[in-house]
Amino acid sequence: MAAAPRRIVVETENLTKCYGELIAVDSLNLQVEKGIIFGLLGPNGAGKTTTILMLLGLTEPTAGKALINGYDPTRHPLKVKAMVGYLPDNVGFYQDMTGLANLQYTAALNGLPPKVAETRIVNALEKVGLKEAATRKVSEYSRGMRQRLGIADLLVKDPPLIIMDEPTLGIDPEGVRELLDLIKSLARDDKRTIIISSHLLPQVQAICDQVGIFVKGRMIASGTIDQLGQQLLAGKQLKLELIAEPQDEALYHLCREFDGVIELKKDSQIITLTCAKDIRPLLAQKIVEAGYSLLHLHLRGFSLDDIYQQYFQQEEGAYVQNSAAQAKPSRAGTPLSGQ
Amino acid sequence: MVKKEVADHLSGKRFLILTFLVVAACLASLYIAATNIRAAATGEDSGFVFLKLFTTAGSNLPFSFTSFISFLGPLIGLIMGFDAISGERDRGTLSHVLSQPIYRDALINGKFIAGVVVLAMVIFGLGFLTGGLGLIVFGVPPTLGELLRILAYLALSVIYISFWLALSLLFSVLFRQTTTSALAGVALWLFFSLFAVFLVGAITDALIPVTDSSNINQIMANARLYQGLSRLSPIALYDEATITLLNPSVRSLGLVMLDQLYGAIRAPLSFGQSLLLIWPHLAGLIAATLICFAAAYIIFMRQEIRA
Repeated sequence: MAAAPRRIVVETENLTKCYGELIAVDSLNLQVEKGIIFGLLGPNGAGKTTTILMLLGLTEPTAGKALINGYDPTRHPLKVKAMVGYLPDNVGFYQDMTGLANLQYTAALNGLPPKVAETRIVNALEKVGLKEAATRKVSEYSRGMRQRLGIADLLVKDPPLIIMDEPTLGIDPEGVRELLDLIKSLARDDKRTIIISSHLLPQVQAICDQVGIFVKGRMIASGTIDQLGQQLLAGKQLKLELIAEPQDEALYHLCREFDGVIELKKDSQIITLTCAKDIRPLLAQKIVEAGYSLLHLHLRGFSLDDIYQQYFQQEEGAYVQNSAAQAKPSRAGTPLSGQ
Repeated sequence: MVKKEVADHLSGKRFLILTFLVVAACLASLYIAATNIRAAATGEDSGFVFLKLFTTAGSNLPFSFTSFISFLGPLIGLIMGFDAISGERDRGTLSHVLSQPIYRDALINGKFIAGVVVLAMVIFGLGFLTGGLGLIVFGVPPTLGELLRILAYLALSVIYISFWLALSLLFSVLFRQTTTSALAGVALWLFFSLFAVFLVGAITDALIPVTDSSNINQIMANARLYQGLSRLSPIALYDEATITLLNPSVRSLGLVMLDQLYGAIRAPLSFGQSLLLIWPHLAGLIAATLICFAAAYIIFMRQEIRA
């Protein structure tokens, strides 16, 4: 893994898109390596979809440029479109055509020879489990089936880079799990690069190698989830969740006296330890040696949810401060300003 | 792409309804012509019986084949095009299709060309149907000149309806809502076919007022302005061209002074001369079609495609 040269598939340089006054994407610099799953995270309206549209050449950037394998989507639309598969959040198929006919149309648009197209379509339908439904009209499909047909569509096209916009939106948990498994297999088995935009964090965390966090058109952080967590938690106190049996005073004492533990809190079953560093390996050993059975030991603050929330709060905070600073002159005259 | 769009048009229910409507209109006009053609054929100029099949209207039902096409044709064009792009956008298929490795103009070209192909099929089909039935009913075969005139007329109709198709395509690119696009198209059609005539008359009379005592120059200026303004409307262009093509005795579309007629021999124009007379109309219609399509094309190429 480390020996392989790291190839950049998607790169943007100061990519910017404005809608009138509104800056949807603000000088975005992004690099995505080959073969990874990259998650674009952020709340609605953070500029994720606009970024994707610019990567696909479906809208023109106001400034800056995007490069897909070295090609600019606005200059070489065909080369880029041939390399990129796109799955929008509400993928559109022709309602009055069958699933099969839709895939055949895609194959024809991609200029596949009929023989190749046929085998690919059969394989794709099998992989997404739509073999039986292939001859039914798309208007009769459920949302989950449509999304899976979208994946089949990507498989027929067989591009090295796949971009998905909120792929799991509006699908039931079981469907989401299946979809994520499919996506994962697309990346792992076939060595494709995948970019996923989402605001549903746990799902993204489950499959993404790297993430970029978007807030108000800017990417405020990017890297692997571990990196983000370490960046964020550097110099901060860690919180450990611990459950062990039997839970008694001796256990509490053992924990309190342990090197590095600052504080202990009991919350019914769970003991929360505040500590200065990661003491999990030593602590676990000690507890087991003391004759307790360790049921749960978890370092809090490393889930994407926590990271995201932290970043988002910081960003919001900065924004509030900024607007407060701007508002200051007008408030200077009010009686409250002195207090 | 064109193939799929043509198939889409032909298999849609909308197309079925339209065809039914137009075929019904044609048969009705044929019936009207059949009941009135004897009187028309024995009238002043008794030549060109076959052409009268298309132009004869009854006294109780003032509709002939040509007036049906002139009136319903735009509607066909509008209905075929109004949701071409906006409908795809609504259903989310636009971003899907455009993320495939095809040029963006392939889509809009495909839509337009498929529309024109289908139109040509319908119009020529109808023309031949009417002609064929007329042949059976009357037993008067067309001369070569008549046949050429009918072919030219049908081609003209295809161009004319293509203009409305291009217009509705433009609206479907401009407006996000399919209904807005349809309404805009219908509104423009109603404006041109109903209100434009009044408006042109009002403007002309306001600019160059004419009374009973006006001199000849003023009356002529008034008439020229009226004609010039009304020719801004594609409907007027089409109607003038149709009359010239299907009525060989029409010798001029402008003003004719009495002294110019003096000594003229009453004879029908040859096909070539008729064609020459409407050449500007034809060019105007084609230009209008291309302008509409080009506008739709340019806007579409620069448009953002959101899912």
